[in-house]
Amino acid sequence: MPTPRALVLRAPGTNCDAETAHAFRLAGAEAQSIHIQRLLAEPALLDACQVLCIAGGFSYGDDLAAGRVLGGQVRLRLADALRRFRDAGKLILGICNGFQVLASTDLLDLEDAHGPLATLTRNDSGRYEARWVHLRTAPSNCVFLAGIDRIELPVAHAEGKFVARDAQTLASLEQGGRLPLRYAAADGGEPCYPANPNGSPAHVAGACDASGRVFGLMPHPERFVDPTQHPEWTRTRSDAAGAGLALFQNAVRYFG
Amino acid sequence: MLWEIDVHPSTDQPDRDAQRLIESASATGFTVPAAATARGYLLESAALSREDVQRIATALVVDGVVERGVAAAVGDPALAAAPPSRFADDGSVRLITVLLKPGVMDPVSQSAEQAIAELGYPGVAVHTLRKVWVDGLDRDRAVRLAQTQLANDAIERFQLEPLSADHFTASSGYDFKLLRVELAGLDDAGLMRLSREGQLYLQLAEMQTIQAYFNELGRSPTDVELETIAQTWSEHCSHKTLAGRIAYRDGQREVRFENMLKETIFAATNELRRQWGDSDWCVSVFKDNAGIVRFDEHDNLCFKVETHNHPSALEPYGGANTGMGGVLRDTMGTGLGAKPICSTDVFCFAPPETPADSLPAGVLHPRRVMHGVVEGVRDYGNRMGIPTVNGAVCFDPRYLGNPLVFCGNVGLIPHAMSFKQPQPGDLIVAMGGRTGRDGIHGATFSSAELTSESESLSGGAVQIGNAIEQKKVLDALLTARDRGLFTAVTDCGAGGFSSAVGEMGEEIGAEVWLDKAPLKYQGLSYTEIWISEAQERMVLSVPEQHWAELQQVCADECVEATILGRFEPTGRLRLLYHGNQVADLPMDLLHNGRPPVVREAVYTPPTPAPLVAPARDDYTADLLAILGSLNVASKEWIIRQYDHEVQGGSVVKPLVGVGQRGPGDAAVVRPKLDSRRGLVVGCGINPRYGDLDPGAMAASAIDEAVRNCVAVGADPARIAVLDNFCWGDCEKPETLGALVRAAIACHDTALGLQTPFISGKDSLNNEFSHLDADGQRQTIAIPPTLLVSAMGQVDDVASCVTMDLKQAGSALYLVGHTLDELGGSHFALVGGLTGGVAPGLNAERARGLYTALHGAIGQGLVRACHDLSEGGLAVAAAEMAFAGGLGATLDIDAMGESASLAAPVRMFSESNARLLCEVNTADTDRFEAALAGFACTRIGEVTQPDELVIRSGDQVLVRSGIERLREAWAAPLRW
Repeated sequence: MPTPRALVLRAPGTNCDAETAHAFRLAGAEAQSIHIQRLLAEPALLDACQVLCIAGGFSYGDDLAAGRVLGGQVRLRLADALRRFRDAGKLILGICNGFQVLASTDLLDLEDAHGPLATLTRNDSGRYEARWVHLRTAPSNCVFLAGIDRIELPVAHAEGKFVARDAQTLASLEQGGRLPLRYAAADGGEPCYPANPNGSPAHVAGACDASGRVFGLMPHPERFVDPTQHPEWTRTRSDAAGAGLALFQNAVRYFG
Repeated sequence: MLWEIDVHPSTDQPDRDAQRLIESASATGFTVPAAATARGYLLESAALSREDVQRIATALVVDGVVERGVAAAVGDPALAAAPPSRFADDGSVRLITVLLKPGVMDPVSQSAEQAIAELGYPGVAVHTLRKVWVDGLDRDRAVRLAQTQLANDAIERFQLEPLSADHFTASSGYDFKLLRVELAGLDDAGLMRLSREGQLYLQLAEMQTIQAYFNELGRSPTDVELETIAQTWSEHCSHKTLAGRIAYRDGQREVRFENMLKETIFAATNELRRQWGDSDWCVSVFKDNAGIVRFDEHDNLCFKVETHNHPSALEPYGGANTGMGGVLRDTMGTGLGAKPICSTDVFCFAPPETPADSLPAGVLHPRRVMHGVVEGVRDYGNRMGIPTVNGAVCFDPRYLGNPLVFCGNVGLIPHAMSFKQPQPGDLIVAMGGRTGRDGIHGATFSSAELTSESESLSGGAVQIGNAIEQKKVLDALLTARDRGLFTAVTDCGAGGFSSAVGEMGEEIGAEVWLDKAPLKYQGLSYTEIWISEAQERMVLSVPEQHWAELQQVCADECVEATILGRFEPTGRLRLLYHGNQVADLPMDLLHNGRPPVVREAVYTPPTPAPLVAPARDDYTADLLAILGSLNVASKEWIIRQYDHEVQGGSVVKPLVGVGQRGPGDAAVVRPKLDSRRGLVVGCGINPRYGDLDPGAMAASAIDEAVRNCVAVGADPARIAVLDNFCWGDCEKPETLGALVRAAIACHDTALGLQTPFISGKDSLNNEFSHLDADGQRQTIAIPPTLLVSAMGQVDDVASCVTMDLKQAGSALYLVGHTLDELGGSHFALVGGLTGGVAPGLNAERARGLYTALHGAIGQGLVRACHDLSEGGLAVAAAEMAFAGGLGATLDIDAMGESASLAAPVRMFSESNARLLCEVNTADTDRFEAALAGFACTRIGEVTQPDELVIRSGDQVLVRSGIERLREAWAAPLRW
């Protein structure tokens, strides 16, 4: 199998594309950052790659709502190309703003005939929150989380609270293995704020589609691929690579 | 036709903005039993139908899961109706609508217009607004609430009546008419009146020089010529006070400076570079937008810290927002364009508990200022993706009318791109945002707004930034730089095109076609175009053969680029508007024509007064009080709102230790993801010492900034510093004298520490005048405030150290001399003590100590290291303990030659050049050997019981559990 190619999508205001491409390269992929303008002009660029990652930042300033404007472009103008991409068994990852973008499209299977099943909205604190969190995984077929039980990663967002349309919808998404990443308390107990940094019901930090190949998450795995990125690395002096690298390695391994 | 879409939280969702309003209203004396909020979008288009508007609302604007939309034509009662279920009784509910004033940047409108066009509705104009419904206030109280809590008069207006317009007023055009200003025959009083009323702010000698110049030419200046001279000669652009002639005396000596900054601070750097010879690592100092030093084989680092005080006093959010935006443009305009890597922000505020009814008229409450400033910096830095990694906040009642906002940024730039040289014949190209009336002093206008009446923009200097516009400019700029498409770049800061083109064309000459500038709206005069300070604009010097490629690079990034003129080798600045010449000035007049002014500076030291520290059996309460004092207390509320990890290079974060619960000394960032080399950012500021001795304040600030960097592992041989002087009115000889004394201390300290200043920026006239209750004029001057920002380097970030205690059983070493220096200390502050001596500095000895300590850190002998600053030894030990979740026991009788000092002096003195180090007991011999020849005392040990104990022999002076210490530190600013 040739080296998988990852396409890291950026738009005006995206600002995590360089370190995200770096993380894919560390994991063994070829990675290229590409502007939405270029992709809109030439959607066939997707045919040559295996992973599409929508990177974090403030696409179009998050004006109107986080990820909304880019999500609209993706939905209106890349619908066919992305359906083909997904149906070809390829992977789509949305990190932070990328998750917010995915949530404004139909790629996460988060809508039905009555409209969206869930959304990402303002943190309960009412503020932007930049802090490290503990996360645990829930059983799922999510490709990116294979083999991961618990992980620490940083979050940095103001609109990361995952809210489902109603309690029944949330329960059904949970039971369907569609909410595979959850905020957790360091001691294993119930994660109150700030362990759950945004107040998401059921402590949801990420969601995937029914196939497990499209995944969006609020935490930033690309910010923990080097041991010195962990906030307590001077206490442990561990040489192990950052745990976030595993998500990117899972993507590469999927095509191995 | 004018439509409105209002977005409300769904009835089953909380209305957080309303809750926050009720809380902040309550804190300032308003009882608001219930409130509701919505954000609104006004859509103007002749083509939209009701169904179209509904579709736009559903598809783009309203989040169907948590929000509820109301879409209707403006004037429809449905838009004014109080949201259901938020109020017990709708009868007494009032609606307040808040709109931006004409010409104020509305970044959301641009994205919204684009997104609506992509949905299939081109040509829709969008404006945003906010709506608030409140209960329980009569009309007067509602107006008062709107004035103090909802709308800032500098940028916003509000109304209590529902909107009724059916279109945005079309902007009026502009008919060209060349304006001249009559100078001939004006006497001195007339010249000064013109200077004041024209907002030129020039001094008499300067006005006389201009008058003489035009008399000789036999013509009067045009308005834009006069503006250009005023801008170029302004304090902001030319630093004429500090870089000018000063006659200084302080009782011991009299010095006459031709250029004060050059002969003090620059001189020290020049001397150090001379000493270093071939190993000089400074690249460009005091020349470009930022100072540049060498980083590694391929890249240099640049560093600049700007102040944005006056705009932040008027409109804290916009002032701080554009302060951050402006310093990022400084980085982007350094050399051929540097890439911003990380930011540092330092703020000075009046205490947030200042009673609301004690505020002079025209002063915003410090709490509101703090919120606005913090959010303004946050929204620019986070959005552009530049991590904010370092900072400080200082509180003093004298910052009431003049809060200080320092925004700094470090950039990375390849060696070969570090210098700019515009060439004759190059095109002058403007890139980025469009030009509007933003930031034009005193402009009055009416355009592009709802009402038909003219509005005057009261805060002409106030602007809102658009960070995404600037991120696009950055992306395009770096691509164009790497392809070699331009020969020079600079930012449009103060003075707009006037200063950017004037600066770049200084050695050549320039011809500018003002009518080519892209405008936000019609109606700007040629002068307004030339001096507008609209944000997010850069000016490039582009060889003609590269123009087409540059245009394509900009188009790929959705950035506008426009040819504005050409650098013509005439030595003159010529401005044209549709072919009409509106200005023709020699560059030499602009850059060398300003008459020198000699200023008097006098420094008289305050009469010495002893400070007697009270003798007590137990100082635990003093320690807790210092930990909870505002300058020392945790700034977590601010830190967590700033993305400090974007770009992926974070190594040492602002908060460190177990659960990130301790204050780090300096931040460490790895700017290149494929390299282990790190950069270190620290700062020093302590205006309290300045009240006793501005020289001691300067030396202490430099030492603290350097010490912070050394504490985390920076190489003391590679630390560069910046100065920011924020002072009062320097027309007063005593005020200027204090500044000169500080500058002289900067020179001496820089030489002693061998730490070069590479750039700086001053902000003078930070005084606020008002009439008190008796009608008497009162003036509050800020305390003389020097911020020193330090940028260090570390070969391999793996050698870095943090301040949290790591393991019980380790030895604790106090490094450095402790002296009786409680003057200006936090022990004095919380105890209400005055007098005493501010900390001094033996800079040569400090340099040696830092070099030795750096050697020990490099050998891996130091497990934790914390610099001693506010609160001295006791506070440093407490912070290290609670950050590490471990206890510590210290015996201050083991302080070597300082052991004879009174116990409170030993615990709380703020003597410089001291650090507390944790050392593994197996390494103590090697650590002591590394520090041989310097004060280095084994003073205690790390303990398992999580308790801090400080004793003097058998007598316990401090005993406290670490959670109690931490809580005292964490609670005061936990907002």
